[in-house]
Amino acid sequence: MEILPKMPKSWNPASKPHKFCPGCGHGLVLKALGQAIDELGIQDRLVFGCDIGCSLLAWDFFNVDTVQTHHGRTTPVMVGIKRARPELVTVAYMGDGGGYAIGSQHLVNAATRNDIITCILVNNTNYAMTGGQMAPTTIPGQKTETTPYGRDVAEAGYPMLGPEMVATISHEGAYVARGSVAKFRQLKGYLKKALENQMAGRGFSFIEALSTCPTNWRTNAEQTWAFVEETMPKYFPLGELKFPGGKEE
Amino acid sequence: MNGEKPIEGERKVFMTGNEVVAWGALAAGAEIMYGYPITPQNEIMHYWARLGPKFGKRFLQTEDELSAGFTTIGGVLTGKRAFTATAGPGNVLMQEPLSMAEAMRIPTVVVIQQRGGPSTATVIYSQQEVTLTCFGGNGEGLRVVYATASHQELFDYTIKAFNTAWRYRFPAFILGDGYQAKMRESLVIYDPAARGIEMISPEPLVGKTGVPGTDREAAHLRNAFSVEEELLHALGDDIEEYERVAPEIIEYDAFNTTEADLLVVAHGVVFRSVAMAVRELVNQGERVGYFRPITLRPFPGTQLREAAQGAEQLLVVESAYGQLNKLVLENLYGSNVPVRTLFRPGVGITPEEVNEECRALLAGKEA
Repeated sequence: MEILPKMPKSWNPASKPHKFCPGCGHGLVLKALGQAIDELGIQDRLVFGCDIGCSLLAWDFFNVDTVQTHHGRTTPVMVGIKRARPELVTVAYMGDGGGYAIGSQHLVNAATRNDIITCILVNNTNYAMTGGQMAPTTIPGQKTETTPYGRDVAEAGYPMLGPEMVATISHEGAYVARGSVAKFRQLKGYLKKALENQMAGRGFSFIEALSTCPTNWRTNAEQTWAFVEETMPKYFPLGELKFPGGKEE
Repeated sequence: MNGEKPIEGERKVFMTGNEVVAWGALAAGAEIMYGYPITPQNEIMHYWARLGPKFGKRFLQTEDELSAGFTTIGGVLTGKRAFTATAGPGNVLMQEPLSMAEAMRIPTVVVIQQRGGPSTATVIYSQQEVTLTCFGGNGEGLRVVYATASHQELFDYTIKAFNTAWRYRFPAFILGDGYQAKMRESLVIYDPAARGIEMISPEPLVGKTGVPGTDREAAHLRNAFSVEEELLHALGDDIEEYERVAPEIIEYDAFNTTEADLLVVAHGVVFRSVAMAVRELVNQGERVGYFRPITLRPFPGTQLREAAQGAEQLLVVESAYGQLNKLVLENLYGSNVPVRTLFRPGVGITPEEVNEECRALLAGKEA
C-alpha cells in the first residue's frame, strides 16, 4: 500500500500538485507554513498575500483568503489589511527581489513602524520567474543571466543581509529569524513563532527562508542540496536574530 | 465619541477644500485613510488625522504613494471604506496600485488635487492630471473620475465616490486641484441620511467569516494570468460591465446649448470662469452656451455630441495643453464642427479671458 505524506489541512487540495518547478524550495516553505497555520488553528482568520515572481504561483495554494499583489507590494497590502482589521493574521509572502530590491522601502518602513504583520521572504539567490537574473542575494562569484561571469562585488556589490538589517532597525517585540528548507523543522518552528508573535500583538515578524532553484542554478539534486545546505549559510547564517517570545532551541 | 455621527443634520460652513474632503469622507462613513504628504493635498490628511480619532477613525502615514495606494487596497479588501489622496508626482506613483484596483475591481476612493506639471513643477494648481487620472496605469481606464468645480461639489462627490465605488466596484476618483484644495468657500455639510442618501454597505473581499474550504470557499484574488485567453475573458467581462453601467454613472451640465452658435467646453474649476463668462454673454444677447463634463470617465460623449449639434464652433478651455480636448475630439469624431482651444497649462483662467476669447470667435476672428 502506498502511503502519501499528509497534506496540511490548510492547503487547497484542488491546486495540487503545485505549480512550482521540480526541486523548488517554495513547496517546502509553504508546507512548513501550512503546518504552522494548522497547529495554531488560524485558517479562518489568516490572510495570505503573495508577491510577483515565483511566489505568485501560491495564489491558490492554501484554503485561506489570498491576494496576489504586485512586485514588491505585498507588504503594504498586508499592512493596509492589518490596520483596518487588526483581528486578522496577515502574511506577506515574497521573494528576495520583491523584499530587498523593488519593495525594500516597504520592508524597512513596516519594520520601523513595528507593523503587526508577518513577512516571509524566500531567498533563492536569483530572480527566478524572469529567467535567473542577479538578485540582491546573489552570492559573490555566482553566475546568473546578468552576471554571466559571476557576481563581481567590485561592480555589483554584496549580497543583502535582510534579517540582520531588519533586526537592527526593528524594535522591541519584533521577531526576526533566518531558516532554511534544508532544516525543515527549524524553519517550521520559526514560522510558527513569527505567527504567534503577530497573534500576541508584540510586533513585526520577519523570516527569511533559504531555498532552492535548480532550474536557474542549473544544478542536479545533489548540487542543489549542497548549495542550499552548505554554501548559502556561509553568507546567510541560520538562526534567530530577535526573539521576544524566547529563543528557539 | 465612537459611534457618534460627525455631522448631525446639516451645517453651513466656510472652509478650505481639503478640509471639506475630510468632512465629506467622515460624513460618508469612511473608516481609514492612508496617505503620504504632497502639496496641495496635505490638509486632507491633517484634518482627517485630527478629526478621525474623535469618531473612531484610523489614519496611517505611509512611506510613499505606492504604499499609500496599496495599503488603501488592503483596507478596502477587508470591507472598510478606505481612501487616500495625492497629487502630481504622487499621482504618477499611485497609478501602480490603482491599476491593480482596476484589474481586481477593488473599490478604492482617491482624491487628486492637481498641481502643475510635468515633473515637480508647481505646488499650486493645474488641470494636467486628466489623462493620468482617467487612463493611468497599464490598463483601459475602467474607473470613475468626478471633476469637481466647487467646495459644495467636493463634499457631495466625496460622499458619492464611496457609493459609486462600492456599487459598481470600479475605482473612483475626485479630481480637484490646488485652487479648490486651498481656497475657502462657503458650503453646506450634511449627514447623508438627512438628505435621504443611502450609503452602500461595503463588504469584505478577504477575512470573511467561516473556515475556507470547510464553511465557504477561500477568496483567491489575483491579477496575473497564465494565458492570453484567460485575461481576455476576465478583462472582457469588466469592459462589458463598465460600458453597461456607464450611462448610470455619467454626469454633465449644459446651458443654452440649443441657442448657441458657440459652445464652450470646460471642466473642474475652470468651468466656473466659463459659466460666468457665458452667462454674462447670454445676458448681453450673445448666442453662446456651455457644456461641462462632470464625469471625465466615463465621458458624456453622446450628450456632448447632442449639445454640439447646433453649434457653429466649439471652444475648449482648460489649464492644460489639450488633455480635455483629446477627450472632446475623440467623442466628437465624425462631427465637422470646428474646435477652437484656449489652453493655459498649469495656470488659472479668468472669466475675462474666456469672455474675450468668445467675443473674438463670435466676431469671426481667431484670437
